[in-house]
Amino acid sequence: MAATLDSTPALDAPRTPRRAPVRRSNFELYSWLFMRLSGLALVVLVLGHLFIMNILDGGVHRINFAFVAGRWASPFWQFWDLSMLWLAMLHGANGLRTVINDYARRDASRFWLKILLYTATVLTIALGSFVIFTFDPNIGN
Amino acid sequence: MTATVEKAPTAGSRGSQPPVPEGATTITVKIRRFNPETDTEPCWESFDVPALPTDRVLNLLHYVKWYLDGTLTFRRSCAHGICGSDAMRINGVNRLACKVLVKDLLAGAGKHTTITVEPIKGLPVHKDLLVDMEPFFEAYRAVKPFLITSGNEPTRERIQSAADRERFDDTTKCILCAACTTSCPVFWSEQRYFGPAAIVNAHRFIFDSRDEGAEERLDILNDVDGVWRCRTTFNCTDACPRGIQVTKAIQEVKRALLFRRV
Ligand code: SF4
Ligand code: FES
Repeated sequence: MAATLDSTPALDAPRTPRRAPVRRSNFELYSWLFMRLSGLALVVLVLGHLFIMNILDGGVHRINFAFVAGRWASPFWQFWDLSMLWLAMLHGANGLRTVINDYARRDASRFWLKILLYTATVLTIALGSFVIFTFDPNIGN
Repeated sequence: MTATVEKAPTAGSRGSQPPVPEGATTITVKIRRFNPETDTEPCWESFDVPALPTDRVLNLLHYVKWYLDGTLTFRRSCAHGICGSDAMRINGVNRLACKVLVKDLLAGAGKHTTITVEPIKGLPVHKDLLVDMEPFFEAYRAVKPFLITSGNEPTRERIQSAADRERFDDTTKCILCAACTTSCPVFWSEQRYFGPAAIVNAHRFIFDSRDEGAEERLDILNDVDGVWRCRTTFNCTDACPRGIQVTKAIQEVKRALLFRRV
């Protein structure tokens, strides 16, 4: 009996920590904060956008190339649309990122879903910003 | 194995049924059962049990185990809402079986009552209502739920004002029953999330004026699997048998992180 008790059994120490050590990054904090602030800004931007485009004098029926060209001649509307594009895309992408974090079971599916998400986000933001900045009202002439 | 056990494999562990008390009605207890030695999937099994309105769900489970089927497995110890052993999903919500009265679950007059009992969700089931609590306690230990101080030990007790004590009074009441954590949809889909109970117990020390480990614990909860995962679903507050404002405690930790002020 005593002989077997002499040697320490080759077992893991109980309560061996299994969590990865803390990374000391504030990323999750800022992304949480960003969701709240961009959400507030988007309420104003998107509702204003919908009101102007769909309800104000004539609504959708007056929208044509000239209308868009006239609007984007002003830096104010350029800025409005640009911030709406960036905030909505980042807000949506961050929301989907949390959904993927919550629901993707395997590391591989998590990885590929995120790659897909980030690619789509970057492409949409790039394309949208490109159009807003390089819009040429005389393109038809 | 004795001959009697082999003769009646599903008999209760305490022999024949006692006389039905006056005023008892028969209700059906539908239990989600799983025997790892014979089953591949959990399945429902129903038992008819005579119950008084003043009985608790735990009494019904005892009746099943003692007089109908001794193989029914569940945890319980104090039977008075103190030890936190018997959290389970009763009629779809997390409750302590020893704190839910039958009279609150009775169907309307003339209708037959069925009570469903399942193991708490999100933790691996060992057998019947018995789950593996280790992932839950692992998250609890990870937030360092003990007093952290520096310097010499004081020779007398550590004094604290009533107002300072008030700040974390609510979260001292936790009995670690896991009802909150296993009612959280974020935890159901991602078990690496610390879960409400661990955050409640971190809150208990973060806001304690005698403790000096707040920074450390806040850093731990600032991680991907920490407080920012909380979606303020409020299931935890609803589930807590001690009436702790769990979601509020989580929000207070978020605020402390946001303003780096405890
Ligand atoms: S906070 Fe409430 S529900 Fe959660 S473990 Fe503690 S006592 Fe149970
Ligand atoms: S048995 Fe102790 S809390 Fe229910």
